[in-house]
Amino acid sequence: MKADHASQKQLKYLNASTRRLIWWRYRKHTLAMIGLVSICGMYFTALFCEFLAPYNKDTIHLDAIYSPISKIYLFDKDNNLCWPFVKECRLKLDLEHYKATVIEVPGTRFPIKFFVKGDPYHFWGEWLWDRHLFGVEKPGTLFLFGADRMGRDVFSRCLYGTRISLSIGMIGVLMSLLLGVTLGGVSGYFGGWSDGIIQRVIETIRCFPSIPLWMGLSAAMPPHWPALKVYFAITIILSLVGWTDLARMVRGKLMSLREEEFVLAAKFIGASDARIIFKHLLPSFMSHIIVSVTLAIPGMILAETALSFLGIGLRPPITSLGVLLKEAQNVTTVALYPWLLLPVFFVIIIVLSFNFVGDGLRDAVDPYSR
Amino acid sequence: MLAYLIRRIMIMIPTLIAISIISFTIIQLPPGDFLTTYVAQLTASGETVDQAELESLRTRFGLDQPMYIQYLKWAWNFIHGDFGHSFEWNKPVSELIGERLGLTVVISVSTLLFTWAVSIPIGIYSAVRQYSWLDYILTVLGFIGLATPNFLLALVLLWVSYAYFGLSIGGLFSPHFADAPWSLAKVVDLLEHVWIPVIIVGLAHTAKFIRIIRGNLLDELRKPYVVTARAKGLSETRLILKYPVRVAINPLVSTIGWTLPELISGIAITAVVLNLPTTGPLLLCALMSQDMQLAGTFIMFLSCLTVVGTLISDILLAWVDPRIRFGAREGL
Repeated sequence: MKADHASQKQLKYLNASTRRLIWWRYRKHTLAMIGLVSICGMYFTALFCEFLAPYNKDTIHLDAIYSPISKIYLFDKDNNLCWPFVKECRLKLDLEHYKATVIEVPGTRFPIKFFVKGDPYHFWGEWLWDRHLFGVEKPGTLFLFGADRMGRDVFSRCLYGTRISLSIGMIGVLMSLLLGVTLGGVSGYFGGWSDGIIQRVIETIRCFPSIPLWMGLSAAMPPHWPALKVYFAITIILSLVGWTDLARMVRGKLMSLREEEFVLAAKFIGASDARIIFKHLLPSFMSHIIVSVTLAIPGMILAETALSFLGIGLRPPITSLGVLLKEAQNVTTVALYPWLLLPVFFVIIIVLSFNFVGDGLRDAVDPYSR
Repeated sequence: MLAYLIRRIMIMIPTLIAISIISFTIIQLPPGDFLTTYVAQLTASGETVDQAELESLRTRFGLDQPMYIQYLKWAWNFIHGDFGHSFEWNKPVSELIGERLGLTVVISVSTLLFTWAVSIPIGIYSAVRQYSWLDYILTVLGFIGLATPNFLLALVLLWVSYAYFGLSIGGLFSPHFADAPWSLAKVVDLLEHVWIPVIIVGLAHTAKFIRIIRGNLLDELRKPYVVTARAKGLSETRLILKYPVRVAINPLVSTIGWTLPELISGIAITAVVLNLPTTGPLLLCALMSQDMQLAGTFIMFLSCLTVVGTLISDILLAWVDPRIRFGAREGL
């Protein structure tokens, strides 16, 4: 009975497809699973950020300029546990120190509600709606991460920023994938002088310290360009440097694969070069491409954050995490309003998750390569 | 060795030419040539533009000639130490960049040494005591170090030191040394300040190196020769340090060529946050005001630094590892 059970298990293992085997190996990697869950969560947030964020990203609260993180009360004035609520906040001008501080109005009480009516928004730019997952009714305000110099909710802006930053990573990587696979493919499959030229180009690009080069390219953008055009230009600039790693990987793999017998067999049957590349060679290192792409995305996101932080990347009204961090550029602002640094955590979580997933995938795809 | 050296230097030349073409392209990218920017600045500040001076500048930079001649002229001047004129500072570029480039080199070299000094012992410890609690802590710290972009780390550190200790950790010199000529006291002052950017820039690389050393060493420790050496009664410390470690740290030397551009990149942006008198802030400033002669020269020089760094690392590697020295003879 026991032996039979064991052989059943073995049979299941022997009959499993490569994809299933990879998934089994991947599943054992705890950190990689955590990373996968958190990436899925991030993309979910990015997709539904209008609904998930308590405010719109550009809603200005004039009486909440530089409002600190809202205090959420769990006990009412008789010290009984109750549903969490916030108090109303007002801006008070301190004429003695020329400073505006936000103070709470005692006695007011705004419970946190789900599916609350708030700022109207166009969901995915299409459907008009005004419900938010959570929030408080006006005139109460709920700032989980505080508010910035125009009284905009930093938490909501982080969610919108996640959308832009993740999409930059995706589009940038797709473009460098296109460039990398094409050029790396040509270089590895055909070899000869095309290989020589492409390799020299790659080496030259890798000689450049990437951030100064990116800075040079993005500063060359005319300042009168609309924000959307800047967005696409930035993704192109990022992928202009990012494709080299992918191309090297593709070239290395193709070089070793093209000597295999199945390629020779395909050639004898009379298959065209394109057919051999796309039908026979590409599937055999697809998993490696996926790994490299996963590991390339955090680099893209960090690069965009860095450029926007310096003020030569994305520009408002497009809000990425880097644009948010630009507000926290000088020490005195940060010392007075430390919550402006909170978008950093979003960046760290995104980058960490992608790294975990990439590491786990690499181990699962190819357990022998370290 | 000499043949290898000559061959290696010959390879550098086309790379340098390609770099110079890209740098020149960056100078040319903004619409209009830089004299238009200059004239616009002068008119904006209410000064009259001297037509004769404009003409002389135009011929000096060959702006009336086709692009490739402009490039050749620029490259020719570059080789002879004339890097052009910064219109924002109204000074020759060469006067502006000297000290800043030097400080960039100082910081990148000390960062490299710092990352090695920290990562090698920690990597060895993590591998030898795999899955001990210290290994776990170091692994988690390493991952966080990898994920935190260094300019954000700089920002957080600046804030912590400012808000809790009342210190300002920006800059590379104390105020009274900033403009002083070089002296022994100034060097000491530099050493007192340089460790902050070094740690900030070096952290991510330290984390990466620890992972590499740990992984490699773990692979090496399982090999039969280690067992043999142990069976022969070699002391554990001597055994590990003498054989597996030497193999495990090899990638540190061979990847200098990739590490250097990343370090210089990291320093450029960290310097903006920490306000260091290195190339970063001035480069950003030059790019913002479209002072492209200055910016292009910076980009060119930073890339040359990397090329030279790679050359040095290759020579080191060939010196350490005879296989490379002799392998080169058979067509690399």
